[in-house]
Amino acid sequence: MLTSRTFLKRTRAGAVMKVVREHYLREDIACGAAACEQCGQQPGEPRLEAQPGGAASSLCPAPHYLLPDTNVLLHQIDILEDPVITNVIVLQTVLQEVRKRSAPVYKRIRDVIASPEKHFYSFTNEHHRETYIEQEQGETANDRNDKAIRVAAKWYDEHLKKINNEETIQVILLTNDRNNKEKAVEEGLTAYTCEEYIKSLIANPDLVDRLACVSDEGKEIESGRIIFSEHLPLSKLQQGIKSGIYFQGTFRANRDNYLEATVWIHGDTEENKEIIIQGLKNLNRAVHEDLVAVELLAKDQWVAPSSVVLQDEGQNEDDDENEEEKENTLKSSVSKNMLRPSGRVVGIIKRNWRPFCGMLSKSQIKEARRHLFTPADRRIPRIRIETRQSSALEGQRIIVAIDGWPRNSRYPNGHFVKNLGTAGDKETETEVLLLEHDVPHQAFSQAVLSFLPKMPWSITEEDMKFREDLRYLCVCSVDPPGCTDIDDALHCRELENGNLEVGVHIADVSHFIRPGNALDQESAKRGTTVYLCEKRIDMVPELLSSNLCSLRSNVDRFAFSCIWEMNHNAEILKTRFTKSVINSKASLTYAEAQMRIDSSSMKDDITTSLRGLNKLAKILKKRRIDNGALTLSSPEVRFHIDSETHDPIDLQTKELKETNSMVEEFMLLANISVAKKIHEEFSEYALLRKHPAPPPSNYDILVKAAKSKNLEIKTDSAKALADTLDKAESPDFPYLNTLLRILATRCMMQAVYFCSGMDNDFHHYGLASPIYTHFTSPIRRYADIIVHRLLAVAIQADSTYPELTDKHKLADLCKNLNYRHKMAQYAQRASVAFHTQLFFKNKGVVNEEAYILFVRKNAIVVLIPKYGLEGTVFFEEKDKPKPNINYNDEVPSLTVEKTTFYTFDKVKVNIMLDASNIQHQKIRMALVEPKILGSDVPNQTTELSTNSEPEKKKKKLKK
Amino acid sequence: MAGLELLSDEGYRVDGRRAGELRKVRARMGVFAQADGSAYLEQGNTKALAVVYGPHEMRGSRSKALHDRALVNCQYSMATFSTGERKRRPHGDRKSSEMTLHLKQTFEAAILTQLYPRSQIDIYVQILQADGGNYCACVNAATLATIDAGIPMRDYVCACSAGFIEDTPLADLNYVEEAAGGPQVALALLPKSDQIALLEMNSRLHEDHLEQVMEAASKACKDMYAVLDQVVRDHVHEVTTLLGE
Repeated sequence: MLTSRTFLKRTRAGAVMKVVREHYLREDIACGAAACEQCGQQPGEPRLEAQPGGAASSLCPAPHYLLPDTNVLLHQIDILEDPVITNVIVLQTVLQEVRKRSAPVYKRIRDVIASPEKHFYSFTNEHHRETYIEQEQGETANDRNDKAIRVAAKWYDEHLKKINNEETIQVILLTNDRNNKEKAVEEGLTAYTCEEYIKSLIANPDLVDRLACVSDEGKEIESGRIIFSEHLPLSKLQQGIKSGIYFQGTFRANRDNYLEATVWIHGDTEENKEIIIQGLKNLNRAVHEDLVAVELLAKDQWVAPSSVVLQDEGQNEDDDENEEEKENTLKSSVSKNMLRPSGRVVGIIKRNWRPFCGMLSKSQIKEARRHLFTPADRRIPRIRIETRQSSALEGQRIIVAIDGWPRNSRYPNGHFVKNLGTAGDKETETEVLLLEHDVPHQAFSQAVLSFLPKMPWSITEEDMKFREDLRYLCVCSVDPPGCTDIDDALHCRELENGNLEVGVHIADVSHFIRPGNALDQESAKRGTTVYLCEKRIDMVPELLSSNLCSLRSNVDRFAFSCIWEMNHNAEILKTRFTKSVINSKASLTYAEAQMRIDSSSMKDDITTSLRGLNKLAKILKKRRIDNGALTLSSPEVRFHIDSETHDPIDLQTKELKETNSMVEEFMLLANISVAKKIHEEFSEYALLRKHPAPPPSNYDILVKAAKSKNLEIKTDSAKALADTLDKAESPDFPYLNTLLRILATRCMMQAVYFCSGMDNDFHHYGLASPIYTHFTSPIRRYADIIVHRLLAVAIQADSTYPELTDKHKLADLCKNLNYRHKMAQYAQRASVAFHTQLFFKNKGVVNEEAYILFVRKNAIVVLIPKYGLEGTVFFEEKDKPKPNINYNDEVPSLTVEKTTFYTFDKVKVNIMLDASNIQHQKIRMALVEPKILGSDVPNQTTELSTNSEPEKKKKKLKK
Repeated sequence: MAGLELLSDEGYRVDGRRAGELRKVRARMGVFAQADGSAYLEQGNTKALAVVYGPHEMRGSRSKALHDRALVNCQYSMATFSTGERKRRPHGDRKSSEMTLHLKQTFEAAILTQLYPRSQIDIYVQILQADGGNYCACVNAATLATIDAGIPMRDYVCACSAGFIEDTPLADLNYVEEAAGGPQVALALLPKSDQIALLEMNSRLHEDHLEQVMEAASKACKDMYAVLDQVVRDHVHEVTTLLGE
């Protein structure tokens, strides 16, 4: 079977090293065609159909298999994923290159290969005796790979001819590289560019729109003027960065001025941390989030960050003079000390393009097929796309992917990917906010679902062998109403020795999600379940989240139990962890549990258990607070959603019951116990959660605000803060305490996951715990799954795997989890904001009482307790005379035309929906009381002001 | 993106083997005339040279002599040019003394030492090129050299490593697979009686998986036995024809 081998030389970074690797060539690799008899037995089903159906093509009516090259796969993955395209041979050469160049595309193509109805076959050509080729002297790796693809195509062509069939199946090489195509045709292959082939599909003309328009070099020369300077090649950039001429950093476009951007320089240089890029030419085709190389400009060319708001509105591409004029407006009159280091982009190290949501701005010419697309994110430039269905796409939210940005083009080129639906629709807008916050929310792929347990599922003898049977315990779960993913359940009982046994039972998700498989990878990628107002984006497939893992009542479920023996003072005497089987006796809501505890007539097991828990929880809570744990507050709202229309009909702030804190207390205890255990066992690889103490300056705003109300807040320790917050009350202003707590919350840092081997500060500031982790919600957080695995290994209930004990991998995972959690939070907020808009749309204009939360230079931020809604009231409007505004930083206070505003002042505001820009609807607030001279405020009777031009919202930037 | 894909979805490893396949093994016996027995063995890119002297009288301190059996003296070394980076490797560093000890244990279990009381058998092995599975290549080469020296053994000692990557046991790991850091088992087996002469494991592996990995390793050892046996038979055949039989 092993035939021959060759040697590959490689050099690695730094010293030149010769690496010799074996490379076996085989004869037993099957071609994957169903009709083929020569290739003999193949593992699994033949993937390519004997009679390839697929879409009828006018170019090649005969049955055929497609064989795309690397670039086609990378750029046209949107097309290949379409159900119309079937019977594709994906070469190993291509797969490997894709894997190297783009992880997301690699994952997508892997999913496609895994789905049986697509009939994709991956052919291991690099190890096939007849298709392997060596790199020749002087040949680049790319040329060699192109050649390898052609050789494989040729082999297939000849191989398929040997099949006894009425019609021989053709192999069509898809390549966008002109050179490659010519060579292929010379060698007698059938080769088309992707464009030619897709256009030839008779029944599916709509696919053409999804083609990525990647211009090959030839085209670029044709159309004249060059706007941008050339990007330097990567090797030169790296040289430059090493020698300090260029700086490497992340490009962040300015939200409000499309001609300005900042680049955050990576590394530890203290000075020039942030470089300003101004002007189209200096920006040089960089797009938000790209990794770029920047050259610093000479000092006399430095500019100041402009406060001008500029939006790219030009439809015509040739109005360059106009452009320069605009650029000049940026440079107008700035004082010397405002100048900041400025630079220009010399090259792109890594593009960070993703598909963008937005809307089409139709070209004025009716028949035009090139249109500009305006992304919802203002930091992304407009994208030119080619489509024939522009009239159908008008007013729709669509997704567009960028393909490239040639030097002679004012805008990047892209292609249409997907139509999300009518703008303003609830489904569409939800989809948009998920996409914009990078929340993976596609249906789970076949590959992922294949790792689910087969239904009907039941607990086997085998499972019981390794688990403790705790079904006799009186376990119950307490959750919010309507919760279907129950990941925790509790029990409490008195032991014979008078002590109490308390158990926290967590759904054993890690039993179902085995490390490394597609299901695991997908959940790791998603990181967390995202709860939107009316929708839940699951981290794990529903079968697990709502059924097999969910600790529902009266069914046997696997659990990971943490069991303490406590005395009546809630002191832990013994801690034990075990994998178990439980049978929850009741799934209660917080209200139901509260009722049981309060009602004196109920004496059953569940109630006694709850009462015991509640008693212990109170002691635990007190102890925690005495240690300096903070009780913070944030206004949270819940929508009452109409069951028919799914429109929000009422808002309600979340109400906390004693049972909420009871469950929370035991979850905290379990998390802390587990954190200790895994850190003890794996001092280097424990996944923990920390909450750094905020720098003292963060508290300034809180201290100042309290001072204005004659209260003192001490912030030197968490304990002092908690104590002074408790004392800070004013009899005539009961809401003040909550306001202070809300403000304190804003001063906090973000809690993050980290790997214990990579950090030495473990402290959780908010909980005042020296160590903390997340263990109790594995159904909705991936971090908990890792913690479960670590704990399972620690108690020898499961096996470890290499990634689990690799701290760098763990650190990478933490990075992703932190990112996903942040994005999920933003998405949740955006969802609430959208529903608030819907709510006020139905409600019309309202006046409400509000409190001032922050005082800004030209605006005040107010909070409306009734809706938990926060908004900004501006005092400057564009078309109106500027009011006299005086801002005092010390207090802080803002004086507008003789009315002075302080933090926590009570005001009355007018709330309405500003729908002037359909892409960015928002809630607008205006002051009603106290009245300010010279500013007319629309009251309830006035119509919605329609003159609010899009510029208005840009003022937000100034904070 | 994470580094190399050690086992592709199609079931091929980085060098094109399937999970249970060995690397190409080539071996020659009797490469040196002056030693009592010698062998050269290639297991893929791992190349080992083994030389056996003895059994002979005790050399050096006679106090080490064992009254009821022969002393097996082993020495393992790596050539300076055996790895990608040229490096001087002094004798007696931790790694090589450990390896020396392992070899000694292996061959004490295999050689019928009680036949030669108060004498000594020297086994010298050198790795000429290292590409994973050094211990296994050494054992296999030393087995051939011992057979070449005509020292009676209970059985061939065949060694092979096995790893565990992506829930699949892989036989005969090469350097790239070893460097990935997963669990690795080195097994030296007396194939006919299925007795284990030495078993070593690096990194952690759950006991549930141990059986699978052991199975893969012993299967690999038996495959190795078939190859070694063929080498010995060919060698004997060659020698006898040279003798003019």
